[in-house]
Amino acid sequence: MLHIKFSKQNKSVCEECGNHLSMDSMERIKPSIDPNTWIPLDEDTNSKDVLSFCDEESYENRLIRSQEKTGLPEAVQTGIGYSNGTLIAPGVMDFQFMGGSMGSAVGEKITRLIEYATQKLLPLVLVCASGGARMQEGTVSLMQMAKISSALHYYQVQKKLLYISILTYPTTGGVTASFGMLGDIIIAESKAYIAFASKRVIEETLGQKVPDGFQLAEALFENGLLDLIVPRILIKGVLSEISDLYSSVPYRKN
Amino acid sequence: MDFSEQVNELQRKYDEMRKELYGQLSPVQRLSVARHPHRPTFLEHILNITDKWLELHGDRAGCDDPAIVTGIGTIDGMSFMFIGHQKGRNTKENIYRNFAMPGPEGYRKALRMMRHAEHHGFPILTFVDTPGAYAGLHAEEHGQGEAIAKNLREMFGLRVPIITTVIGEGGSGGALGIGCCDKMLMLENSVYFVASPEACAAILWRTADAAPKATEAMKITAHELVELDVVDEVVKEPLGGAHGDPYSASQNLKEAIMRHMKDLLKLDPDSLLKHRKAKFRKIGAVQEGVKLDPRFKRKMKPRDAHLDGEQPPQMT
Repeated sequence: MLHIKFSKQNKSVCEECGNHLSMDSMERIKPSIDPNTWIPLDEDTNSKDVLSFCDEESYENRLIRSQEKTGLPEAVQTGIGYSNGTLIAPGVMDFQFMGGSMGSAVGEKITRLIEYATQKLLPLVLVCASGGARMQEGTVSLMQMAKISSALHYYQVQKKLLYISILTYPTTGGVTASFGMLGDIIIAESKAYIAFASKRVIEETLGQKVPDGFQLAEALFENGLLDLIVPRILIKGVLSEISDLYSSVPYRKN
Repeated sequence: MDFSEQVNELQRKYDEMRKELYGQLSPVQRLSVARHPHRPTFLEHILNITDKWLELHGDRAGCDDPAIVTGIGTIDGMSFMFIGHQKGRNTKENIYRNFAMPGPEGYRKALRMMRHAEHHGFPILTFVDTPGAYAGLHAEEHGQGEAIAKNLREMFGLRVPIITTVIGEGGSGGALGIGCCDKMLMLENSVYFVASPEACAAILWRTADAAPKATEAMKITAHELVELDVVDEVVKEPLGGAHGDPYSASQNLKEAIMRHMKDLLKLDPDSLLKHRKAKFRKIGAVQEGVKLDPRFKRKMKPRDAHLDGEQPPQMT
């Protein structure tokens, strides 16, 4: 039995097995950003029921219920702030809000963060946690993958700026198949579940069980898909070190 | 005894009823047409619209994914790079083609061809017809997500015109992996979805029986996607669907592609890239401009610094 308060003191990491449980965005941002330096971006941007979608409940109602329950307007917080003295542009997704699903609001907020970071030449850090695209916005959700990737092309390929993606439990579907896997450096948290197709879908496709540990960070690491697995408690320090390494390059001819 | 008048009258009634029936297909009906076993596949369209065609193979890294076909050819004497998902025309072929569900090797093959096209000046024509990217062990282990992501990003830097046409099923990321383009066309009865209606029904309605409701709700048809500003043009199909008259369907496709290509060829590469970026930048609808109820922001990290005009915040 793991008491919640004790667990939160330990950054939601189980002392015994090292499992990194999911963590809400506020808890991630607070310790990572130096005091009195946080400037949120697009805090009032939220979703619109673009398809007038209704399954067992209307999309509009679901949104309001999620907002009331989570105290968040959407599944990502973006902003700028100093971290160990370096100004960075972080975006942190939150699985609690509709499973971290990506719709127009998440797509727009992340795109704007990338555009801001491009303009101000800031390193970009995106912490991913998502069940995939938001079905209630249909194909419009799918296109957010392209929209963000387009902004990343300008940021990474043309402007040669540094983007670090941090994959947490769980990172799946459209987020994995877009910005999740486009980091110049891809960091995963220990035992994070990272997938394109979910375990259930794979088992249905193949008609057989998937081996244990198949889509965990450690397995992806063995398959050469990640740069680093970093325990949560060390992430802030590691990001500083990386930032230092990249800013000390002697041969940068743009 | 001369029955020709009655026969003619019956024929006329038949034609009229057929027009009525196929004139107003519902989304569920269009989905059936998009998945019809005799719907013309990528290669069938290619052979109908090109004068010359040369298939090119392989990712140069150990695999030639049969789910994606690539090659160069000419339409009216003009050379293009063609890339598309290839469904089988019968069960045996479908198994060989993996039902047009590519693995990461398929996307990497497509990217190799797209870079080759850019290098030599071939505009790129992509044809989408897939239930989705393959969901298997090997695919995951070899970076299915990464392969698609890489294509999404790189397509926004290719300095040649790109036209994507959805000719059948547009299965989510598996479709988008070859679908970042300057112009998006859709055959009238094709569909483009973020999740299959069956998957959506299972998750949101908790029963696969709700697939027809999901089909209607998700707005996956060509006309609906033009309204949503995702698709640029609906290409008409012959009455009854492309499978009824594949050659006509291909000719309609060819006409639309060449018409859009003529416009795109007038643009210089920088304008092309800007235009492509703008096409996708505008997709999405949000609410803002109104301060939200503080209850809905109570778990956001509060602001504790301020932007000084255009300057980044100063460390205190």
